[in-house]
Amino acid sequence: MSNQENLQLLTDKAMSAIKGADSIKALDDIRVEYLGKKGSITEQLKALGKLPKEERSAAGAQINIAKQAVQTAIEDHRTALETAELAERLASEKIDVTLPSRCDHGGAHPVTITMQRIQAYFEQIGFSVAEGPEIEDDYHNFEALNIPAHHPARAMHDTFYARKADAEGETQEGAHVLRTHTSPVQVRVMETQAPPIRIVCPGRVYRCDSDITHTPMFHQVEGLMIDEDVTFAHLKGVVQEFLRVFFEKDLGVRFRPSYFPFTEPSAEVDIECVICSGEGCRVCKHTGWLEVMGCGMVHPNVFSYVNIDTDKYTGFAFGMGVERLAMLKYGVTDLRLFFENDVRFLSQFS
Amino acid sequence: MKVSESWLREWVSPDVKTEQLVHLLTMAGLEVDGVEPAAPAFTGVVVGEIVAIEAHPDAEKLRVCKVSNGDKESQIVCGASNAAVGLKIPFAQVGAALPGGLTIKEAKLRGVESFGMLCGASEIGLEDSVDGLLELPNDAVVGQNIRDYLNLDDAVIEVDLTPNRGDCLSINGVARETGVLTVTDVVAPVIDPVVASIDDELTVSLSATEYCPRYAGRVIRDVDLSVSTPLWMREKLRRADVRSIDPIVDVTNYVMIELGQPLHAFDLDSISGGIDVRLAQQDERLTLLDEKEVQLDADMLVIADKNKAIALAGIMGGNDSAVTTKTQHVFLESAFFVPEIHAGKARNLGMHTDASHRFERGVDSDLQVRAIERATALLLEIVGGQAGPVTLVEAEQSLDTAQTVLLRESQIKRVLGFAIPAERVLDILTRLDLTPVAIDSGWQVTVPSHRFDIEIEADLLEELARIYGYEQLPVEPPVAKLVFSERSESTLLSQNFSRTLIAKGYREAITYSFIDPELQRMFSPNEAAVELLNPIASDMAVMRTSILPGLVSAARYNLNRQQTRLKLFETGQGFTQNGQNLNHTPLIAGLLVGQRSPESWLSGRDANVQKSQSADVFDFYDIKSDVESLLALRGKVGVESDVRFVANAGASPVTALHPGQSANVYLGDVLVGYVGLLHPELLKKLDIEQEVWVFEMELNLISVKKVPKFKELSKFPEVRRDLAVIVDGSVAAGDVVECAREAATEHLVSLIVFDQYSGAGIEDGKQSIGLGITWQHEQRTLNEDEVNTLTDGVVASLKQRFNASLR
Repeated sequence: MSNQENLQLLTDKAMSAIKGADSIKALDDIRVEYLGKKGSITEQLKALGKLPKEERSAAGAQINIAKQAVQTAIEDHRTALETAELAERLASEKIDVTLPSRCDHGGAHPVTITMQRIQAYFEQIGFSVAEGPEIEDDYHNFEALNIPAHHPARAMHDTFYARKADAEGETQEGAHVLRTHTSPVQVRVMETQAPPIRIVCPGRVYRCDSDITHTPMFHQVEGLMIDEDVTFAHLKGVVQEFLRVFFEKDLGVRFRPSYFPFTEPSAEVDIECVICSGEGCRVCKHTGWLEVMGCGMVHPNVFSYVNIDTDKYTGFAFGMGVERLAMLKYGVTDLRLFFENDVRFLSQFS
Repeated sequence: MKVSESWLREWVSPDVKTEQLVHLLTMAGLEVDGVEPAAPAFTGVVVGEIVAIEAHPDAEKLRVCKVSNGDKESQIVCGASNAAVGLKIPFAQVGAALPGGLTIKEAKLRGVESFGMLCGASEIGLEDSVDGLLELPNDAVVGQNIRDYLNLDDAVIEVDLTPNRGDCLSINGVARETGVLTVTDVVAPVIDPVVASIDDELTVSLSATEYCPRYAGRVIRDVDLSVSTPLWMREKLRRADVRSIDPIVDVTNYVMIELGQPLHAFDLDSISGGIDVRLAQQDERLTLLDEKEVQLDADMLVIADKNKAIALAGIMGGNDSAVTTKTQHVFLESAFFVPEIHAGKARNLGMHTDASHRFERGVDSDLQVRAIERATALLLEIVGGQAGPVTLVEAEQSLDTAQTVLLRESQIKRVLGFAIPAERVLDILTRLDLTPVAIDSGWQVTVPSHRFDIEIEADLLEELARIYGYEQLPVEPPVAKLVFSERSESTLLSQNFSRTLIAKGYREAITYSFIDPELQRMFSPNEAAVELLNPIASDMAVMRTSILPGLVSAARYNLNRQQTRLKLFETGQGFTQNGQNLNHTPLIAGLLVGQRSPESWLSGRDANVQKSQSADVFDFYDIKSDVESLLALRGKVGVESDVRFVANAGASPVTALHPGQSANVYLGDVLVGYVGLLHPELLKKLDIEQEVWVFEMELNLISVKKVPKFKELSKFPEVRRDLAVIVDGSVAAGDVVECAREAATEHLVSLIVFDQYSGAGIEDGKQSIGLGITWQHEQRTLNEDEVNTLTDGVVASLKQRFNASLR
């Protein structure tokens, strides 16, 4: 048998072995058997030296071609085997992705969500957030807001009184109040900061009243803007635009004259009923309108309490009940749900 | 204030429908709360006259009446005891539909045919004043529809008046306002002075003129109290929501509703000597009309005779001086009391009357004589009698002289944002009964006595805006200089903490700031809580010092509703009293109850993996990890962390926690909060069977964030050494870690506890703690010798401090 015939035989044998190999290991063994240091094709290369000089080159080329072919066949088969192996592994690792996960859901309280939305709208237009004590003195909650003792307007605020103590802890004359609105925060800011002032005051407020539409604690966001040439038209502009962006709807807004001791002129703000779109329903008492805010131009007496020059500055203030807005926005029908903290209720808001 | 539209239209009748009128009032600041019909719907009832009465043959209590409707007579069987020949009554004819769905048909009553029904007041939706049939006045026209006759197709408009608009607490006031809004003339009834027919007077002295600067009184003798109040007046009072009592009280109430001046009538014979309006003596006693005895304070104003107080001025009359059925002579009072003397007093005494409501909000100081003349005329008409002259006592110096208020034209644009033309300004002010006089800068405006709420320029601006129409005023966005607000990166906000907990599956709760004092004592017996003087309920009587009582109550609420897995948190203030200092402490608190993961097919599998039955229930290390997540927001983590958890050694401020499964949380040496299991005794008292894990921290103490400072990343390999050390079982792992960390020096990059073990193979009372310590040098590879030295240093320190040995 010529060398050439022998090479062909070896190659055929290798090719058939490669074809039959069913694992990477078997393939490796084949590689060693034919192409390894002592592999049978490698041996052929080594035997080249025994050939006559003029034949060596041609025979060498032949061997290299065969070697290359075997090499390629091994690589190709290896890739095929690896692909099959991976496919098999992946198939064996299949899980049921429709089974439930360990997912845990948290969420903010709807009052917080609403309060933060309101805050964010005002922060966007350059208002900053101010906070203050919830147990207030009479001066900041009433007097500095132009509500002197025994003013009939105090009857509008069913006030909680807290025991006041002296240094020894003994009960003292007079009492602290649980703030009935967040307006005292405005007073505190005006006392310490010179105009221009642009603030919103979010927080808990308290009134001694409890029935289907009142809880003894609720939340307010009040706002205050003081600058040169701030007018009632600006107040209307800010309030109207806020209500539009808050309810994400071009709804009717109307301003009605009203009375607050700390503003003059004062207004009550109604929006077109968001439940019935102004058609008239139970929620709006068939008027088509819902009262959502109180507002007005800061009363000159309030400015004089905090020494702001009324000849230089004017200002407007507004206030809204957070629960009320949340109820209208989300369609909550019972105010008391906000403070029962039933997780079935809370989980509807995240 | 309830306003009968037909009564109002007697004064001013603009050409607008009820709906439009209501809208105009509401948009002018007299908010209409509702409109009700004056009587319910019914048909087929006319004025009838009983022309003959016969006894019923078979029934003692029934009578057979012949009733005329003007056209013909019908036979009606009637049981009313006041049925009498000649009486005019509401007659529901056959086919009439009465309120409540009753339809009148021909009927036989005990064998006698009856063609209709004679009605009492309540049967046609009015208020009964007598038992039996409603007795109509003699001048009623037989056959007229009763709805027309009694003017029942009237609307009762309920106006919710703001406290500043005391001037509108009358038909007079609402009429004035309606006239302005609709540009319609107001025609007040003519009130002529009643000429005195007798000379009797009582002397009146004003001893407290600053509180009562004007007092009008009048004696009326020989009144006949056997008559009843005429139906027209009873109807008007009913529509104003005032109960008819007797003719004298009804007249005083009528004039109060009509004109706005509260009046009072005394039994003249009960008054000794003259009248003195004075401040009460301290602890003076007075029994009022409602038979309650009140103890008076020296700042209360009384009407007194020469012996004693006989009425609480402007609030309520005294019982001894009250008009009764036996009264023959009366003394009528029409006085002006200043609002300040009434402010809050009636409310404090628990008596809020129609009179005090008006005086508190202000009454026209110039109305007294007009009102007493009106009342006298009505009284003489109804109860007869002889009137004496009006006794009028005034203290001029205490009465407000006509107020003038400056209105600068420039202010209109400056405040309202819009220059209302001058002629429009004049028109509005004049319509409001104000008297503007032009000056250089604008107008000097004289205010009439009934608009006592107008005191300053801003009040006039509001009047202009109100009448011009708020809706007509322009709308503009404000323009202001843009200013950056400070926002420090090193301050964490409450929201930062909230968001972290929400991401970890917590739901936010909001609980009341006032809680049950009992609960307060259970959770924080050593804290001085702020007490409410007027709590709305006994279980909401103290301000919370901690959020936990509320949060745990919320958990209990949910547990009682089959919600067995809870992750709740709340942020808010805690309140404490420290001597006279009142402290607000912003807090964050959290709570875990139940399964670590929501129940699912995984629960059993996870428990299996961890080889523990209870592995899927929340434990200390769950809530501790949440606390650590919050504290990690401060930017100090890993080996830089200054967080320490110190076991509660009885000295804890929180007795509510399980002593063995709770810790105080420190940042360095500062106690910032606590974490742990609620005490089993407390859970028992609260009737909670599940374990409740809680934490609470003071936000102000954990809100300083370290602003990041970049450090070069080392290119050199880390080296880790694991040590298992045997220490006494009582040694806290935290202390071991702390000690090791100090000893490990500056190249330390991580130090973990990979194992904690006691039991077989470890001596009794000892434990093994496995520490994984990793070092890395910034500029080079640490060599073997260096690492060994570092490791030896740690071992030596642990040996020295805890007598630790290597396992």
